Amino acid sequence: MRIGDVPFPGRLRCRAERQYLVVRAWNRRHALKSIMNRTDQIRKGDILAFVTLRNERVRLPYFLDYYRKLGVDHFLFVNNDSDDGSGNYLAEQPDVSLWWTNAGYRRSRFGMDWINRLLMKYGHGHWCLTIDPDEFLIYPHSDSRPLEALTDWLDASGRRSFPAMLLDMYPRGNIEDQPYEEGTDPFQIARWFDPANYSISKNAYYGNLWIQGGPRTRKFFTAEPLAGPALNKTPLVKWHWRYAYVSSTHMLLPRHLNMVYDESGGEMASGCLLHAKFLSTFADKSAEELDRRQHYANSKEYQAYHAGLRRGTDLWCSESREYADWRQLEDLGLISRGNWA
Amino acid sequence: MVAKSRLGLGGTWPVCAAGAVQLGVVLLCHARLDVAARMARIWVEGGARVAIHVDAKASARSVARMRDALSDLPGIVFSRRHTCDWGRFSLVRATQDAAQMLLERFPEVTHVYLASGSCLPLRPVRDLAAFLALDPACDHIESVNALDVGWTVGGLNEERFTLFYPLDWRKQRWLFDRLTALQRGLGIRRRLPKGLSPHLGSQWWCLTTATLRAILEDPRRVEFDRFFRLTWIPDESYFQTLARRHAIRIESHSLTLAKFDHNGRPYQLYDDHALMLEESRCFVARKVWPQATELLAHFPRPPGPQPDLSPPQPQRIERLINRTVRRRLLGRPGLYMQSRFPRKDAENGKTSAPYSVFQGFSDIFPEFEDWLAGLLDADVHGHLLGPEMVEFAGRPEIGPGAISSNTLIRDRDPHGFLTALIRITTRMQVFQFSPRDNQRLNWFIATDPNAHIHVVTGAWMLPLLESDMPFDDIRRVTALLQRAEIAQMDVLNSVWVKARVHVHELTDFLARPQEMLLQSLQHLPLRDGPPGDMPRMRDLEGLADLVRRLKNSGLRPHLAGDALPTADITLPERIAAE
Repeated sequence: MRIGDVPFPGRLRCRAERQYLVVRAWNRRHALKSIMNRTDQIRKGDILAFVTLRNERVRLPYFLDYYRKLGVDHFLFVNNDSDDGSGNYLAEQPDVSLWWTNAGYRRSRFGMDWINRLLMKYGHGHWCLTIDPDEFLIYPHSDSRPLEALTDWLDASGRRSFPAMLLDMYPRGNIEDQPYEEGTDPFQIARWFDPANYSISKNAYYGNLWIQGGPRTRKFFTAEPLAGPALNKTPLVKWHWRYAYVSSTHMLLPRHLNMVYDESGGEMASGCLLHAKFLSTFADKSAEELDRRQHYANSKEYQAYHAGLRRGTDLWCSESREYADWRQLEDLGLISRGNWA
Repeated sequence: MVAKSRLGLGGTWPVCAAGAVQLGVVLLCHARLDVAARMARIWVEGGARVAIHVDAKASARSVARMRDALSDLPGIVFSRRHTCDWGRFSLVRATQDAAQMLLERFPEVTHVYLASGSCLPLRPVRDLAAFLALDPACDHIESVNALDVGWTVGGLNEERFTLFYPLDWRKQRWLFDRLTALQRGLGIRRRLPKGLSPHLGSQWWCLTTATLRAILEDPRRVEFDRFFRLTWIPDESYFQTLARRHAIRIESHSLTLAKFDHNGRPYQLYDDHALMLEESRCFVARKVWPQATELLAHFPRPPGPQPDLSPPQPQRIERLINRTVRRRLLGRPGLYMQSRFPRKDAENGKTSAPYSVFQGFSDIFPEFEDWLAGLLDADVHGHLLGPEMVEFAGRPEIGPGAISSNTLIRDRDPHGFLTALIRITTRMQVFQFSPRDNQRLNWFIATDPNAHIHVVTGAWMLPLLESDMPFDDIRRVTALLQRAEIAQMDVLNSVWVKARVHVHELTDFLARPQEMLLQSLQHLPLRDGPPGDMPRMRDLEGLADLVRRLKNSGLRPHLAGDALPTADITLPERIAAE
């Protein structure tokens, strides 16, 4: 037997790491201050959404509307010290529970400690969607079947996690040119995307795929493509209190939750998170985030964007595709219906 | 007592219009009793008599609610409740009891349909009765000889009958598998009851009362039940096997549309399937997602003025489902994405379309790329894997599919780069290659049946003729490129090659350039016939001299071919070989 075949060390390490994350999340219970707790409304089988936000007030009405229509039954928000009224707005919503914190985003592993904590306490046994306020889930048949149809089917297929790659959407022309109005569909403005420039490699340790590419890599990270943002995400998980997100929602422990792809040539079902980051609100946001230096890799992304955006670049190119519906994404091979006929 | 209840209510019952057929339904209900109650109502209101079996695992409250919801309907009986476990004999037992009760309580029933609480009647029940009346003695039950392997999906065929299965596959899977393996190892073969030949088929059937009675009242039923109790998934074989013993005429199909995926789980039906289900002309479909409210409201279709006698035509929906099964198992060739990332050599199509690679041609003919682009109905690129930039046709900064021309981004995942390019473009892709380029795709391309590779070995040397580099640098570059080309030739000469490969030596090519060039254009989508002109050839003056100097400096540029008009230095080689 080769040493690499001995199952224990890697598994034990993963297990130790997961336990560390779970304990860490447990320890963060005091960092979160409950502002509005409506979690007694949560019923068995409800689909829950977990969101961390900071100053996203203008996005919230459409965001909540979108996911309510999709079939999310309850939202659990962590407000990281917003000062634009996001907190008050959320506290008024009938299906939102809200926590507040002013702890460092970076020191809380980019918010994942808070989310892991809430998932542990409220997510156990539910299908949980962990997203940002600028991410909008699209899955096969999402125009005709609610999220519950998907989770029922995943349950019936014995799956506990569902992948949705992050798809960066951008407007044609300069990002600042078309101001975003509260409550409107951001993809009326940012309705273009890159169809086929994604690179994939497998993370042998966690077992997840590492996907990079898209407009950010081709525009801002040409000198250092490896530093570009990761696009693979597993936002929808039937949670168990023992689970933990490792790095954003890119990967999870235990590792079987990352096995959302087929390695024998077949296709498993998958969706997309349409990323409405590149709107008129983005330049202010990137300036602010640059000052705070609370983001991944010393806010390298935001530095690059800010430099890029100041030069007046727009992300659009002649090969960009205009977004139509999930069928288009499926034909392009960005998502797949797998065997969900 | 039975007769009395029938007489008491008989006058108010809706009666099937279709001649002599009186339909009875055995309804097996497990979960979602609210939906099941709805289905029972559809059956009864369509004129059928219904016997309902409710899984003993269902809560008393939901059963009470169901009885309450159906209390206004005559013609419904509830049979004794059994705990039903998937794949166990309890399902057969429940069916037997309910069928027995149905036949006792409603002796006028001529046909019995087995359905579940999540089976949705698509066409009016009256149509079904009329369809059955076309041939009243016929039993509609899918019944395939178990020896004809291939009916089951992802399971056992004949072994269902020859081994013992006392365990529940869902709850005790590990033990189940061990026990099965152990019995195989011991060579256990159960003996079938005499006179039975095992048949399998869909568990949803429609039998004539005569056949069903014969099965239920068979004098050897105890023996048969004992046998089937320990077979695997007897609900797919009990009636299917025994019907062969008693039926007069079997139409081996199921009137219920029920498809299974590659793991043997039933497909669910949603609102967006409505049109296709209507076109399928099937009588009953399963399994409906309980929240598919539009589907539940849309079906069954209201009866027309005349009963519609057309048989079911489920081909289209079956095609759709077979297509998704194929997609799940085989996927789309050449696609690499978040939920399809095949292992090496398990790709089922490394790339999605044919493409051509030309190596050395652009060294011999400097304007080869433009010349070829003028001839072909294809995208002719430069060196896609080149070291300076990704040379897309026309040299845009952003290529097809928004692929960057940046080499660092390309080299992050060259496989993804090439496969994405081939998949996103609609025309054939043709590109140049050379030992100067990124060599990481050599194995991938060589083992890809879609690739068509044309190589002129040693041609990379020609551009060096025009370079004004010092000879030492030329020598170093030559050594590097030659090593790269030798490694590439090892790949192209291996036994694993699946691509179509044409390798010419430079000297052979230069001897008959036109002929060789035309030969390599075969199998390419030529726009209008073979070309009239040849591209300009590079000036070869000094080649022989260069080769000689390289040889004298200790290199051995043999891939260029040995027949160059150089000074004869084969003699020392022979000596070395000797």
